[in-house]
Amino acid sequence: MRAARPAMSMQRKASAIGWAFVILPVVLIAAFYFYPMIQAFLLSLQSGKGTNLSFAGLANYKRLFADSTFITAVRNTFVYLIVQVPVMIMLALIISVLLNDKNLKFKGFFRTAIFLPCVTSLVAYSVVFKYLFGQDGLVNVMLMKLSLISEPIGWITDPFWAKITIIIAITWRWTGYNMIFYLSALQNVDHAIYEAARIDGASSMAQFFRITIPMLKPIILFTSITSTIGTLQLFDEVMNITKGGPGSATTTISQYIYNLSFKYTPDFGYAATVSYSIVALIVVFSFLQFKAAGDKHA
Amino acid sequence: MPKLKRAFAYGFLIIAAIISIFPFLWMLVSTTNKSVDVTKGRLLPGGELAGNVRRLLDTVDLVPALLNSAKISITTTVLALLIGSLAGYGFEIYRSRAKDIVFNILLLSMMIPFAALMVPLYRMFATVSQHAPGIGIDTAASVVLPTMTTAFLIFFFRQSTKMFPKDMLEAGRMDGLSELGVFFRIYVPTMKTTYAAASIITFMSSWNNYLWPLIVLQSEENKTIPLLISNLGSGYSPDYGVIMTAIVIATLPTALVFFLMQKHFVAGMIGSVK
Repeated sequence: MRAARPAMSMQRKASAIGWAFVILPVVLIAAFYFYPMIQAFLLSLQSGKGTNLSFAGLANYKRLFADSTFITAVRNTFVYLIVQVPVMIMLALIISVLLNDKNLKFKGFFRTAIFLPCVTSLVAYSVVFKYLFGQDGLVNVMLMKLSLISEPIGWITDPFWAKITIIIAITWRWTGYNMIFYLSALQNVDHAIYEAARIDGASSMAQFFRITIPMLKPIILFTSITSTIGTLQLFDEVMNITKGGPGSATTTISQYIYNLSFKYTPDFGYAATVSYSIVALIVVFSFLQFKAAGDKHA
Repeated sequence: MPKLKRAFAYGFLIIAAIISIFPFLWMLVSTTNKSVDVTKGRLLPGGELAGNVRRLLDTVDLVPALLNSAKISITTTVLALLIGSLAGYGFEIYRSRAKDIVFNILLLSMMIPFAALMVPLYRMFATVSQHAPGIGIDTAASVVLPTMTTAFLIFFFRQSTKMFPKDMLEAGRMDGLSELGVFFRIYVPTMKTTYAAASIITFMSSWNNYLWPLIVLQSEENKTIPLLISNLGSGYSPDYGVIMTAIVIATLPTALVFFLMQKHFVAGMIGSVK
């Protein structure tokens, strides 16, 4: 019994030291993540301009559904999400499968080249893309020279093409990033499985869909969730390539929150309400993706 | 058939590589060309590099912005690594049920989008400004404080600590080192690669951070590089040669970090999933 006592107090001391190691970040994360989330919720129940706020109940939430800019922003965000994320993931998968070939030459060069866009800041590459895709920008000049188009495309000024430009830009920036995850996962897949499949007469296509994709499912799930969360918060690109225009053809939810809070007369209460819609969307989409991945498993 | 497949593979990869590299080449070439030539789509190097750099330095406060960015990114990285590694180590080495619960709650913060935080955070710092202007709106501290602690980094260090040989810690204690001494003398030197990967991730995201600095850094002399580039890009009569030069200079630090530490960079990315 006597021997047990000091051991107990040693343990208690160790536990106290352990708390000392972790307490600062716990306080900081509480202060800069959880406390603001609660504040945002309380704000969403208030309305008024600037600091002149009063309790409004659920009025802000009702306003959401009648707010055409908000609805456009949600619709735009969905378009980016539904078109861009699958295209990018498919591209990244194809590239990583091609790069995983043992006999491929210049592998290092291809990998580095395709990953290179990730070193640029979102703002820097957005400005570059804005100029490349300008009315008299290089992309139009080249397409005209190749006689693929007869007159310049309004990559920035046309509501349809402006969305395409944003999608092309994001895909350029992030495909290599996702590729790295798939490449490292593919290295853990036993080559013998492919060998066996080939002997059984499975085509490359069949191998890709029957072996590669199922094997990489956890990592595909991870990348699609992170990409979805990223896209739902899209801001830097839209702000710097199209400014959300023409009109509000490319505006996103994040940009709308920014405009409500810092561009127009501040309407913090309503901005907080809009921000909770992103939280809700992230929860719903993450849940759906988990569900989709789980169902295929069954 | 295999030949056709091979041709397809190379063709696909070559096109992907060209598309990936082309904007970089165009950026680099444009730093040597006059604005008019850039608009005309000139793809050959010219002799205007010195002129572009001179006009850039004359018309834009590039150096102060670089210094602001460096100050913020380096401070953030040092503090983030210190806080994150202490916590990751603490959660793993002094494991208890209560700490595991707290850890899982911290992980939840990774689901919170910044879009939902920007309004309340701005209001918090606006209040702080009235009492302590030194860390309020429009200061470097207001950028560093909310970004220096991430659950991701704590998670990252905790995962790496799992692989750490615990006998070494015991040996250190036997030698009379304090708990903090064990951490700094034994753990930190052994975990160099983890620190390298974490510092790259943190430095890059801090150097490139745009939305939060855009909100809090309001005066011209406090602006960071992304804010400066964004301003240049939205000008009405842009001097393309000058802007491309600014963008290349702004990208150099992260590109350098990437090329010098490519292995750690990739290790850091992959480590985030394990």
